[in-house]
Amino acid sequence: MIRDMKPEDIVGDYKETILGLYGSITRVILYTDIETPFPEGRLIVSTTDKDGIITHVNKAFVEMSGYAEDELLGSPHSILRHPDMPSVAFKDLWDTVNSGKHWQGYVKNLRKDGGYYWVKATVISNIRQGKVVSYTSVRRKPSRTKVEECIKLYPTLF
Amino acid sequence: MMPYQFTVSPDFSPDHLSGWFFFNTWLQRQTGEAIHLEMYNSFQSQREAIQRNEVDLIYANPFDAAMLVREKGFLPLVKANDVSDEAIIAVSLDSAVDKVTRLMPGITVAVTEDPDVRMMGMIMLEPADLNADNIKITVCGSYVLVAKHLLQGNADVGIFLAEAYDDLSNITKSKLKILVQSQISVIHHSLMMGSRLADKRDDIQNLLVTMNQDEKGGKVLKSLGFDAWIKVEDEEMEFMIDLMDTLAI
Repeated sequence: MIRDMKPEDIVGDYKETILGLYGSITRVILYTDIETPFPEGRLIVSTTDKDGIITHVNKAFVEMSGYAEDELLGSPHSILRHPDMPSVAFKDLWDTVNSGKHWQGYVKNLRKDGGYYWVKATVISNIRQGKVVSYTSVRRKPSRTKVEECIKLYPTLF
Repeated sequence: MMPYQFTVSPDFSPDHLSGWFFFNTWLQRQTGEAIHLEMYNSFQSQREAIQRNEVDLIYANPFDAAMLVREKGFLPLVKANDVSDEAIIAVSLDSAVDKVTRLMPGITVAVTEDPDVRMMGMIMLEPADLNADNIKITVCGSYVLVAKHLLQGNADVGIFLAEAYDDLSNITKSKLKILVQSQISVIHHSLMMGSRLADKRDDIQNLLVTMNQDEKGGKVLKSLGFDAWIKVEDEEMEFMIDLMDTLAI
C-alpha cells in the first residue's frame, strides 16, 4: 500500500503531479526543489522482498528518507520514486537484477517532505540455496560530476 | 590426528598479537583439541593457505568472508562485541584541503593492504571523482607508516582503519586532520570455522559467547581489545557478504 503525499508533510513551496508506479498504481506526488546532501561516510541500506516491498532499512535510510521506520517497512520501494526519474531507468534496474547481475546507477530519490537527495545505488539479488529470496540496495554518496551528467540526461529519457 | 589450524587476519593490531596466542591457549584448554595458531604476514599467503585447505579456524577480514563461506564452506561463529570496521580519510594538518570534494586527481593516497578498509576509503573518495585510475596508491606496511607518509609530505591523503587511527600517538594525531570517517556499522571481522570443525560448531559457539563470564576468559578478551564475543547467525553473515558485494563494484 502506498499513500498519496500530504501537503502538511511538505516543507517549502511544492509542485504536484500524479506518478504511475509499477502495477498500474498511481500516487499523488508533492515535490520541492530542496536538496538534502548525502551524508559523508554513510551508506543507505535497504532490503525488499521479491515484490519490491521493503523488509529492512538502516538508520541512514530512515534519516535521509524523512519517513519513520514503521512507515517504510511494508511499503513498496517506489515510495522513494521522484517524478524526475525516467521509468526506463527502473526497467533497466529490474531487467539487470533479474538476470542475476548487479545494477548500478545514479538515482534522484524523493523524501517524505517533498525534497530530494541524489545517490549512487547498487542493487543485487540476495541468493540463498540457489534461489533469489530478496533484493538489497546500497546507496553511497555520488560524484557531483556524475549527478550533473544525470541532471542533463534524465529529462531526455521520458 | 593433525592439529587444527587457526589463523588471524593479517591486519590485526600488533598490540593484540600476544592476545591471540592467549586466546588460542584458552580455546585448546576449553575444547580439549590441539589447535595450532599460524600468523601469516600477508593476505596473499593466508589466502593461499585457505585455498590449500590448511585453515580450520580464522578470524577473518570481511573482504574474505565471501570466499570463505561461498567457495570454501566456512561457517560463521562469532564477532567482537561493539566492534565494526570503519575507515578514516585523513590529511596532514598543513594541507589546504578541508573536505573530500576538494581533493584533485593525481594525488598520492597512502594505504595498507587491509582490503576492507581500502575499499571503504576508496568509496569515500568517489564523491571527488577519484578512483584507482586517477590517483597514485602507495601501499604501506602499517598505519603508523601511512601517518608518516602524510607527515613527511610523501602522500596527500591517508586511508586508515578508524581503530588504528585512534591508536596513533597524540603527537601524530595533532599533526593530522580527518576529512571523513565512515559510519557503516555492519562490516566486521568474524571468527569462522571450516568443514573439519563443523560438527563442533554449537559447542565452540557456546564456549565463546560465555567466555566473558569467567575471570580467565575475560582477561583473554581484554588482551584482544574487546569485552565479549557475540554470535553471528548465518543470515547475518550472508547479508554482510551481499553488502560487501555491492561495495566491491
